[in-house]
Amino acid sequence: MISYYKWRQFKNRTMIALCFISVLIAILPLFLILAYTISKGISAISLDFFIKMPKPPGESGGGIANALIGTGILLGLGSIVSLPAGILSGIYLSENRNSILASVVRFLTEVLNGIPSIVVGVFAYVLIVVPMHRFSAIAGGFALAILMLPIVTRTTEEMLNLVPYSFREASLALGIPKWKTTLFIIFPTALKGVFTGILLSIARAAGETAPLLFTSLGNRFWSTQLDQPIASLTVLIFDYAKAPFDDWNRQAWGAALVLVVIILFINIIFRLISRKK
Amino acid sequence: MAKIQELNHQKENREILTSTFGSVEQQNKIRKSRNIGDFIFNNITKIFAFLIVLLVIMMALMMYQQAVPSIQKFGWGFLTSLDWDPVQENFGALPFIFGTLYSSLLAILIALPLSIGVAIFLSEFTPKWLEGPLSMLVELLAAIPSIVYGLFGMFVIAPWLRRDIEPFLGEKLGAVFLFKGPPYGLGMLAAVLILTIMILPIITSISRDVLKAIPDTQREASYALGATKWETVKIILSSGRTGILGAALLGLGRAIGETMAVTMVIGNHPQISFSLFAPGYTMPSVIANEFTEATSDLYLSALIEIAFLLFIITIILNSIARLIVWSITRKYSKGVEV
Repeated sequence: MISYYKWRQFKNRTMIALCFISVLIAILPLFLILAYTISKGISAISLDFFIKMPKPPGESGGGIANALIGTGILLGLGSIVSLPAGILSGIYLSENRNSILASVVRFLTEVLNGIPSIVVGVFAYVLIVVPMHRFSAIAGGFALAILMLPIVTRTTEEMLNLVPYSFREASLALGIPKWKTTLFIIFPTALKGVFTGILLSIARAAGETAPLLFTSLGNRFWSTQLDQPIASLTVLIFDYAKAPFDDWNRQAWGAALVLVVIILFINIIFRLISRKK
Repeated sequence: MAKIQELNHQKENREILTSTFGSVEQQNKIRKSRNIGDFIFNNITKIFAFLIVLLVIMMALMMYQQAVPSIQKFGWGFLTSLDWDPVQENFGALPFIFGTLYSSLLAILIALPLSIGVAIFLSEFTPKWLEGPLSMLVELLAAIPSIVYGLFGMFVIAPWLRRDIEPFLGEKLGAVFLFKGPPYGLGMLAAVLILTIMILPIITSISRDVLKAIPDTQREASYALGATKWETVKIILSSGRTGILGAALLGLGRAIGETMAVTMVIGNHPQISFSLFAPGYTMPSVIANEFTEATSDLYLSALIEIAFLLFIITIILNSIARLIVWSITRKYSKGVEV
């Protein structure tokens, strides 16, 4: 009897220890990836890295200025399309919580969120690149917009739902119409949360590579034209990583470091803000 | 008598109301005119919500339309043919389908026990002050872009596998079909490892939410019977097993669609080999690598058909998984963020 009791205690402790070990295994890659990105990327970082253009293949030096501006433009395009659409659909979902359309849309945003980004890229190619007959920043921005849309919609809805119902009642009791209540009372109250959701969606889009490969394509030269191929950080990392030049590989790590710092910074801010609620 | 008095009273009231605010019809008119703003606003938001429905339908239709030449030419044989020959314009997707399923299933096999362990630790054993930071670390793993995972896999994991791990495994376990062949580094094993790291956060966070949604009464009942912590966890796990299945399906969906990281480490060679050392190819990788090189219409159409297949597979997987997770969390009627 005693031995069986001890056996149960032993099993208990072993399993708890195993769970703890799996936590360690799970977060080890995070530290490894960060450590490698920093140690390999830091040597590429300098002022020139941010403001110079890429050098021709084989020559060392040069920077990623065109990719930084390209990623900025693509994110801007993505935001212009996805933010109004996402926020307005989020408002619809929150205002009509039980309508059939709302449940369908809620379901489809989840599904949209799970569609591989490369498929979204193919869709943008079929929809925009094929009729335009060329790769363009617009097509890349559109692909990013589709990836941002579900995140913006969901966070807007969740943040609006967090606003206490008494706010709405108080406003309606004063005779303010429903739409004004939503737009000028509920929405501003949730604005901070919606804003962090937007940042999160931008962080996700900034790290996407697959949908840009055959929409915005990439560009070794300075370009801000929306109907032309445009460079981006992620595609540049991909090209430089595959290239047989050590200096390019080093720059790929440098660009990855820039990207990771931006994305983790946004994510940590998001978690700090959303945890306070 | 009192009833008649009350009726009279009501009538008087109505008359007073009518004299000050106009007749019922007039009142309705006023109400309607004030609701025009509501009507417009509600419909604008409705249109945008409907756009999401339209978007998904359009994705399906337009990709199908572009895939038609390939579907007509190859039919179901597309799924079972091993031949991928752009020069002869013969396209079969079996090596890619195999590579995708093999790498994803192996990744799930490793990631699932690990994630369940982490989820149990986070929901049952972690003190409150530690839970937030630990969950945050796991979730930050999901925030790292796949291209960075690819970089890490290409320059860190693959050389490590080629130098240390694969020769060792080949020497000790070379007889097993999994560990046959020369150690390339870039190959199935590297892809499986990277995928495991990448899908761990999503399975963990959903499993944790599912476990947390199970009411405390179940734990209390178990402790009251003298069960140890682990025995209690086993009971909680059996209550949450459908939810964890949903989490695993979502993870599988992610693994199947993962493009960049896998492309950079799997070796990109269309073949069917069960050896972990051998290079492989996946559906997303072939699209990423060959899309801009596709010179003929049929070639492009075949690639788009692969994208369409991916679209269908992930939609089905995600739908089932979401329904499972939603129904389990609704069963315990507690709001869970998924």
